[in-house]
Amino acid sequence: MQRRAASEGLPGAAAFAAAFLLFSLFLLSQLTAETRFSAGGKLFAQPRFWPAIGVAGMSLFGIFHLWNAWKTRQGSGLAEAAVWLRALEYFAWFMAYVAAVPVAGYLLSTILFTVLLAFRQGYVAVRQLAAAAALGAVIVLVFKTALAVKIPGGALYDWLPSGLRSFMILNF
Amino acid sequence: MDVLLSALAILARWDVAAALAVGSVGGVVIGAIPGVGPAVAIAILLPATFALDPIVGLTALLGIYGSSMYGGAIPAILINTPGTAVNALTTYEGTPMTKRGEARRALSLAYSASFFGGVFSVVCLILLAPVLAWIAPMFGSREIFLAALLGVVLVVFAHRGQVMAAGMLACLGIWLNTVGLEPVQYSKRYTFDQSWLAGGFDLIVVVLGLFALSQAFVLLVEPDKRSKAEAVKGGLFAGFKELAVCRRVAAVSSSFGVMMGMIPGVGEFTAQFLSYTYAQRTSRKPDEFGNGSPEGLVASEAANNAVPAAAMIPLLALGIPGEALTAMMLSVFYVHSVVPGPQLFQNQMDFVVALYIALLILNVLVLVFLLHATNSLLKVIEIPTRFLGVAILTLSFVGVYSLRNSAVDCAVAAGFGIFGFILKRLGLPIVPIILGMVLGGIMEAKLRTSMMRVDTPLDFISRPVAFVLFLIILAVFASHFWGLWRGRRQTSKVQDG
Repeated sequence: MQRRAASEGLPGAAAFAAAFLLFSLFLLSQLTAETRFSAGGKLFAQPRFWPAIGVAGMSLFGIFHLWNAWKTRQGSGLAEAAVWLRALEYFAWFMAYVAAVPVAGYLLSTILFTVLLAFRQGYVAVRQLAAAAALGAVIVLVFKTALAVKIPGGALYDWLPSGLRSFMILNF
Repeated sequence: MDVLLSALAILARWDVAAALAVGSVGGVVIGAIPGVGPAVAIAILLPATFALDPIVGLTALLGIYGSSMYGGAIPAILINTPGTAVNALTTYEGTPMTKRGEARRALSLAYSASFFGGVFSVVCLILLAPVLAWIAPMFGSREIFLAALLGVVLVVFAHRGQVMAAGMLACLGIWLNTVGLEPVQYSKRYTFDQSWLAGGFDLIVVVLGLFALSQAFVLLVEPDKRSKAEAVKGGLFAGFKELAVCRRVAAVSSSFGVMMGMIPGVGEFTAQFLSYTYAQRTSRKPDEFGNGSPEGLVASEAANNAVPAAAMIPLLALGIPGEALTAMMLSVFYVHSVVPGPQLFQNQMDFVVALYIALLILNVLVLVFLLHATNSLLKVIEIPTRFLGVAILTLSFVGVYSLRNSAVDCAVAAGFGIFGFILKRLGLPIVPIILGMVLGGIMEAKLRTSMMRVDTPLDFISRPVAFVLFLIILAVFASHFWGLWRGRRQTSKVQDG
């Protein structure tokens, strides 16, 4: 409970509050352009009614939140913003994995992804990388082979003999 | 009796039994790993359960939800790190007990208190079922709208010290729910002429981003942590005897868990806080609290384990999820065209009773598992946190991509992951966004339906249940502002003095 109350004073809180408020005000400015108001209809049934509640609430609460965060701000928040940007690297890793699956197939992409990302995280011993590869293989076996979740086969599978190709598409 | 037999028939299937076993054991394991938690696990597994029967999918997810807090007590007691956020209070008492060589006693007490809380809440559910079946049909559109509004108000006010942040994030959730095609007049809302926004934001994609991907980013960016826990020697049955000594605290804490679980937007933290405060105030040894008090441990664990079953009440009876995990479960109902709410209690009571019985069995399974496998579980505590980050990021892909095989969904989820990462870094709450999304949708639909039958605003609260809900909302506002006024008065007195 105390942690919650103290959070407004964390570095970067004021910058986040300001960015959120700007986003809210932008959405509010677009309310009439991006929603419709049908003449003659009841206010509560208007397509604009609930988006208006949402963006108006975001802006109103956002102003008070920025006010609180500004009063208790600590430092410029640049160091914290740099940490936020570091997370974008993993956003890119994730999207690269997403792009790789339809090409290389789920099994190969997943094993490559877990091994390379584990290596990037500093796990360089053979045992650690083998554990990462095993993790990738187990995830594929559990979700695709056992639970049959909908993940299409990779384009690479087209190069396989027809019997093996069907097996790979179905299971990996 | 017919309902009970029918419920047992629903459960007497190998796939339901397997889901119970996997869910309960998996939940304990997930709970025991600091940095994962049930929300991440449920978010990842959610799409995989869509292919299963509702009872199978829900049993597995309930298993994870109900058993994770049992597992979360293990690192909380042994290495001073709560496995799940709601085990934080357990560290206050469990760690000092471990330091003075009483780890076995602390674990045993935590398991027995958790079991008591879990079973107590299921028994309450079963006893309340006829009352719920009687009350639920009294909830029409306006009552459900007011209950959902109460949920939003409570989730905002429950974040003391962060009400403004919780409010703006709840409103963000309400806005997110409106993006895309409006369901009645089919007009576009906030799509900015982008085709990928026309379908709106899928709840599962947002949930996976905010809970799973954000947690992966946190673990991957922050320094690697490795924990080591000492093995526990001896049996773990003795806690039940000691629990009998603390039975008053266990019963009151479980009751708080049930009450707070039933109220949308409140949940484990408030239940624990009230239980812990009660236990300390009524204890003969209040000085022991924070230094390894068995009563404090019982209060914390009994309260948080009583919540999951109780949290199913608003979900099943009214179709209103009280917190993020039940909001995720709501999507399982919708996927299978099972609409939770008054109709469920009237037409599918056997399904509801089957869920209750599954929860009861779950608690027994978890207890048996923990009494015999605690030392084996210590291995999962030792997994390095960055390796967990790799695992969660890889698993998140399955959750998002298997929905529609859409790379756009993955990009949106990863975007919400970055947003959730920033919120977590700043200690801001994520749950209001999810509840805003779910309850916002419910409020929009129900307000539209109910206003068609209302001539004046007063007609809206003319029915007894609607009037009571309206009074509760007013009382929540009054209580919040009264608390603020008192706080300011005390602060000014301190400054003057």
